[in-house]
Amino acid sequence: MTWVTRTALVAGLAFLYAPILVLIGYSFNASPLVTVWGGFSTQWYAALFADAPLLASAWVSLKVAVPASLIATILGTLAALVLERQRRFRGRALFTGLVLGPIVMPEVMIGLSLLLMFIGIGLDRSLLTIVIAHATFCTGFVAVMVAARLRGLDQSLEEAAADLGASPMRVLTTITLPLLAPALAAGMLLAFTLSLDDLVIASFVSGPGSTTLPMRLYSRVRLGVNPEINAASTLLIGLVSVAVLVASWLTGRRGAP
Amino acid sequence: MSGTPPRLILEGLTKSFGTYRAVDAVTLALEPGEFFCLLGPSGCGKSTLLRLIAGFERPTAGRIRLGGQDLTELPPHRRPVNMMFQSYALFPHMSVARNIGYGLKGMGKAAISARVAELLRLVRLDAFGDRRPETLSGGQRQRVALARALAREPKLLLLDEPLGALDRGLREETQGELRAVQRRLGTAFVVVTHDPEEAMMLADRIGVMEAGRLVQIGPPAELYRRPANRYVAGLLGDVNLIPGRLGPDEAGEGRSVETAHGPVRGILTSAMPEGAAVIVAVRPEDLVLGTAGLPATVTETTFLGDRVRRTLRLPDGSILRASGRPTDGDGPPGSEAHAGFAAEAAAILPA
Repeated sequence: MTWVTRTALVAGLAFLYAPILVLIGYSFNASPLVTVWGGFSTQWYAALFADAPLLASAWVSLKVAVPASLIATILGTLAALVLERQRRFRGRALFTGLVLGPIVMPEVMIGLSLLLMFIGIGLDRSLLTIVIAHATFCTGFVAVMVAARLRGLDQSLEEAAADLGASPMRVLTTITLPLLAPALAAGMLLAFTLSLDDLVIASFVSGPGSTTLPMRLYSRVRLGVNPEINAASTLLIGLVSVAVLVASWLTGRRGAP
Repeated sequence: MSGTPPRLILEGLTKSFGTYRAVDAVTLALEPGEFFCLLGPSGCGKSTLLRLIAGFERPTAGRIRLGGQDLTELPPHRRPVNMMFQSYALFPHMSVARNIGYGLKGMGKAAISARVAELLRLVRLDAFGDRRPETLSGGQRQRVALARALAREPKLLLLDEPLGALDRGLREETQGELRAVQRRLGTAFVVVTHDPEEAMMLADRIGVMEAGRLVQIGPPAELYRRPANRYVAGLLGDVNLIPGRLGPDEAGEGRSVETAHGPVRGILTSAMPEGAAVIVAVRPEDLVLGTAGLPATVTETTFLGDRVRRTLRLPDGSILRASGRPTDGDGPPGSEAHAGFAAEAAAILPA
């Protein structure tokens, strides 16, 4: 490696991760002033776990992320099966676009349109509406991951099972789904982290008493950053990183689960 | 034996993909317990025909019957037919024993393990039941696939290039095994292959396919000796093709053909009028160098141990290949010779 490429690499990584490293560093700052280093301390982590509203928001986020990622995984898998295994049908291109659309659609639009729909059908904003909204925008991501895995799956395996007398349902449960398991798990983890992260859509569709962790952090920051927020963010980054690592390990692994 | 053994009957079976006819009006009746080979180059429609019989493709026209049962509209999992896939399609997340037992759902647990043990014995893999497919060699996987396909005692077994993924030494050994298993069980086998040698060694009858059509059906020797056209003649082995015009119908064995180098005699394979443009097909091993026949010059001799291959040039420059015992004549390169053959050994084909 020449000094040019090495410098480029360091500069690139610094551009991407320096802000996060700064955040993590300041979360261990003993001083309550954000920009003044006052020595190492874990006091803000202790304060974090005594902060009832913040903990309540974290709990809300989990209560949203778990069901939303489950629903997104089920819907996304079904969509992927249709996209990859029902090759010829009318409107296939349209269906593909509709499933994958939410991936590229601006979140503000998704949030606003969901809000209008919930108001339209008279559904009060609550935890449920966030779950629905998150499941909606995560489904496309799961569909993409599962479809990629399905494409790599030798279709003669499913044909062989049918040939051996297995009904379409038995083929799905004993052959297709077990072989897709890594992609299903990875898709669900991805949906989970997307849901945990989301601020924009949740802001539109949440109701009183259903403030998610990103929403709580954001509202606190508007009143001024304090080291406790840094600590909370550090934990969130850790959780998301672990989930993403597990997801990429699952999708990278070849062969049987 | 109880009842009449089932026969497979295909009636005008056609499969089109858009305007392209992958399988074109195939009609075929298979005898019970027959070993049948579909032979043809890739893209001739033989695999599509197999997939139609298995039920993975729906025919555009025509019917498929097995015994008294019409299979045409049945989905694959309701057909009493099993298939061995070219890739073997072993389930990677199941042990060998579970792969073989997959089709036996509905039988008791004890009955399944007894049947699986029996099949493992049949393919000589007794000790491999607990192994995962990826830990087996190619030949072993092939045998697992065969055992799995036989588990349900199908009335008909379809095999898509069953030896295609094996290396040469293993192929010959496996050919014999496949044949032995088929003889022992008496199940009708339909094998798809592009290898003429394999087809001739395995099959009771061969069906040659060209561009979706079944162009000739018959026992290997008949196809080899009496091909219906030059495509079949060339597919089954090396052949000399000598153009000419069909002579008059007269006494004597076979019919005469007037070639550029003199008259020859052969057996007419289909009715053609006198004077029709024809091709005389002669196998290299039937070409005898001697004093009678077409005048030619030996250009090359290659000693192959059990036989000698000679290349001959006719006066017009066209080439003939002869293959004979090393003691046949001498014919060193450059020498003049006459290439003759028995009328019985030559087939007269439409040009």
